[in-house]
Amino acid sequence: MTTYNLLQNYWWLIISVLGALLVFLLMVQGGQSMLIHYTKPDKRALLINSMGRKWELTYTTLVTFGGAFFASFPLFYSTSFGGAYWLWMLILFSFVIQAISYEYRSKPGNIYGSRFYDTLLLINGIVGPVLLGVAVATMFFGAEFTVVKSNILNMDGQSIISQWGPKHGLEAIANWKCLLFGVMVFFLARTLASLYFINNINDDEVNASQRHLLLINAGVFVPLFIAVVVVILTSPGMGQDCDANGNMKWMWIPYKYLHNYLTMWWALVIMLIGVGMVLYGIGKTLMKGDYKCGIWPAGIGTVLVVMTLFWVVGYNDTAYLPSLLDVKSSLTLRNSSSSEFTLKVMSVVSILVPFVLAYIAYCWYKMDHRKLTSDELDNTDHKY
Amino acid sequence: MEELINVVDWSRAQFALTAIYHWLFVPLTLGLGIIVAVMETIYLKTKSEKWLATTKFWMTIFGVNFAIGVATGIILEFEFGTNWSNYSWFVGDIFGAPLAVEGILAFFMESTFIAVMFFGWKKVSPKFHLAATWLTAIGASLSALWILVANAWMQYPTGCEFNPETMRNEMTSFAAVALSPMAMSKFFHTVLSAWALGGVFVCGVCGWMMLKKRNMDHCWRSLKVGAWVGAIGIVLTMITGDTSAVTVAKYQPMKLAAMEGLYKGDQGQSIVAFGILNPSKQAFDDQDPYLFDISIPKGLSFLATHDFDAFVPGIEDIINGVSYDSEGNAVNTIPYAERMERGKQLQELLSQYSAPNNSGNMLMRDSIQSILNTDFKHFGYGYLERPEEAIPNVPLTFYTFHFMVTVGGYLLLFLLLALLFVYKPNILDKAKWSKWWYRLAIITVPLTYLCSASGWIVAEVGRQPWTIQDLMPNKVAISDLSAGYVQVTFWIFAVIFTALLIADISIICKQISKKSQTDLDTVND
Repeated sequence: MTTYNLLQNYWWLIISVLGALLVFLLMVQGGQSMLIHYTKPDKRALLINSMGRKWELTYTTLVTFGGAFFASFPLFYSTSFGGAYWLWMLILFSFVIQAISYEYRSKPGNIYGSRFYDTLLLINGIVGPVLLGVAVATMFFGAEFTVVKSNILNMDGQSIISQWGPKHGLEAIANWKCLLFGVMVFFLARTLASLYFINNINDDEVNASQRHLLLINAGVFVPLFIAVVVVILTSPGMGQDCDANGNMKWMWIPYKYLHNYLTMWWALVIMLIGVGMVLYGIGKTLMKGDYKCGIWPAGIGTVLVVMTLFWVVGYNDTAYLPSLLDVKSSLTLRNSSSSEFTLKVMSVVSILVPFVLAYIAYCWYKMDHRKLTSDELDNTDHKY
Repeated sequence: MEELINVVDWSRAQFALTAIYHWLFVPLTLGLGIIVAVMETIYLKTKSEKWLATTKFWMTIFGVNFAIGVATGIILEFEFGTNWSNYSWFVGDIFGAPLAVEGILAFFMESTFIAVMFFGWKKVSPKFHLAATWLTAIGASLSALWILVANAWMQYPTGCEFNPETMRNEMTSFAAVALSPMAMSKFFHTVLSAWALGGVFVCGVCGWMMLKKRNMDHCWRSLKVGAWVGAIGIVLTMITGDTSAVTVAKYQPMKLAAMEGLYKGDQGQSIVAFGILNPSKQAFDDQDPYLFDISIPKGLSFLATHDFDAFVPGIEDIINGVSYDSEGNAVNTIPYAERMERGKQLQELLSQYSAPNNSGNMLMRDSIQSILNTDFKHFGYGYLERPEEAIPNVPLTFYTFHFMVTVGGYLLLFLLLALLFVYKPNILDKAKWSKWWYRLAIITVPLTYLCSASGWIVAEVGRQPWTIQDLMPNKVAISDLSAGYVQVTFWIFAVIFTALLIADISIICKQISKKSQTDLDTVND
């Protein structure tokens, strides 16, 4: 493997870490979607303030995920964002309305009233995870687009490199496989949110109601997850294989993702460990009334599983955004990445990632070692 | 073709809308962040509860403003992909890197430490809290650094070369990109102007409170920090503004000519101190560009080159390829008509090279590489249909530039006087000017915002029609979208951002009004 290929793989690993952390942190959105279950203002306030101290981390991870994709695989940025316009715009709108809602909802003079901002949080809580799930699912199931790099030399007004189908992302939302993936992510976010609230909020009523919600959400999530895994493993993927003449060619390969898990057995092991940790976190929390740390095994497990999904969709000569219109247009780690020099430069910067993760962990340890209570909210200067 | 122009215009309008809204909030975050950090430092040194109350007062406003800055910012990053798809591939290899670094180094710093700043008063030690406040402010400035590095690269593409295999520009030197003179002058000029805005904002809010005679001591405490930060900011903004002008003159002479409404340049070129442009003036007609003007002799030559006698080319000179060195000798610059021709030839060659039957043809590649080395700087001109397409909107660039400079000069005077009155308040009382001064401080706030927005309009409108200077005009940078789609999202953004802006202003006003009525001055020390 050349140094360039190694760097491309390394940056796909970084993308997978950021994507996995983003899915884990979507617990904030999952929590927002639960606001409808709480009518008492003090309980709503506990939930919102608990999430309100984490929302920026989710937001930042989303932005960094986008930035890292732009920097390392700009052709994906150019093709998916410019192509699936409506899908990404809906995601962005939902995050715009989230960003101000925490800060504004309880402030005097907010004009529209706190219910309005809570509704915005609810919209983001549902739309964000579902549509992000749909967007990621297009990586497995493909999209209708073509890429012709030399188009940029056309001077007749047809100079766009990446051309997408006329529905510009709406077709992905209407695709049952993509939607199934999105709904699964939504229920995962709600499951993680319950585990997070149980850990972060010291309130008996919230604790009891969240355990009840955990049972329902995990009860929906687990079958959905199994269904998604079955669909992915039985779906064809685009990869390199020998044609009838013995030449290596890009083509649709049945059970490609299953093959990838079997070829990259370590990814399968990590996925199974991850699944085990998620189930352990959920199961122990449901079974032991005083156990509050389920978010840690379930969160780490989520990160592990999502990382392996990125690996099987990108590694092992697989097109991570297959084109349903033109095989040659499909995006792979090799044809869509930045240059070797740029990847090298950014790899130097990425050495700082563990340091960044360390200070985030330290700060949150300091901030969260005392759990949130109504008393704390009554005695704080800054609350949502 | 009409549809194409519509998509370009609506995509530009959408980016301009989101960028202008974003920039309404960012400078206050940058300026107030530093001010709050200084205030908390004083609190920690003096252990005075009064300084703590003052710090928290401004921190609340900082928080409200920060949230909407974040909300409007996410769009900008993703719009590069959604609306400028060709651009994302053509320069993603260079442009994406600063954005990724911004995310990894700056955004996480901001988002982690701002939570400690707001919720950590009773959870972390005072020193840790102070460090969090400073790191939030530094994180915001670091974020500005990287996005301005990216923006500067679009104005002055450097540290890269075109790869005919991949049909894009690829980075060859990160240092050249990150430390280019354009990036440095842009970063310091922008961030320091935000300090000035932060200082003016503090002066304005305090002016209002002092008019109402509320918490006078708190106001004097605030003004001490606000006036210092603002005054330092505006003085350094002036200095970096000078550097910016020299950089623009060197790398974007067309923008400088548009800033001055200069069509025919001269040696010892005067600068327009005040002028009204002739609205019917077009390049290469013989009309006078100004209906009225007051000019300072040799001013533009000095501003652009630090030499009173230097030649500054006008719009027509640049298009015709006319210039002179310091001794008055004609310098051979290339006329735009020729640049267009060479750009088209290069694109034609690249088209042939990218044809399937020529793929991997080493002989052809070598010959293209040698032409690329000499002619790539003309690449973007190949997309132009006539040289006049390369002229930016002169009236908008001219008026916003002169507005920025005039208000900038006023701000220098205002902030230096504010600093004087902080230490010699008796001057105001004796002259019975207090009320007028307070009112002036309030009026100066919106004026400063307009000045700040004008700076960006000069920078961005002045470089039109280029998305990337000389390499990629707007019409080639867009996504494969219909104008109707972009129109819909434009109006959605317009409605959402306007609604949020109204709420933001209302909350900030209410916070100031409410907090100013609580006693911030008789807190026990």
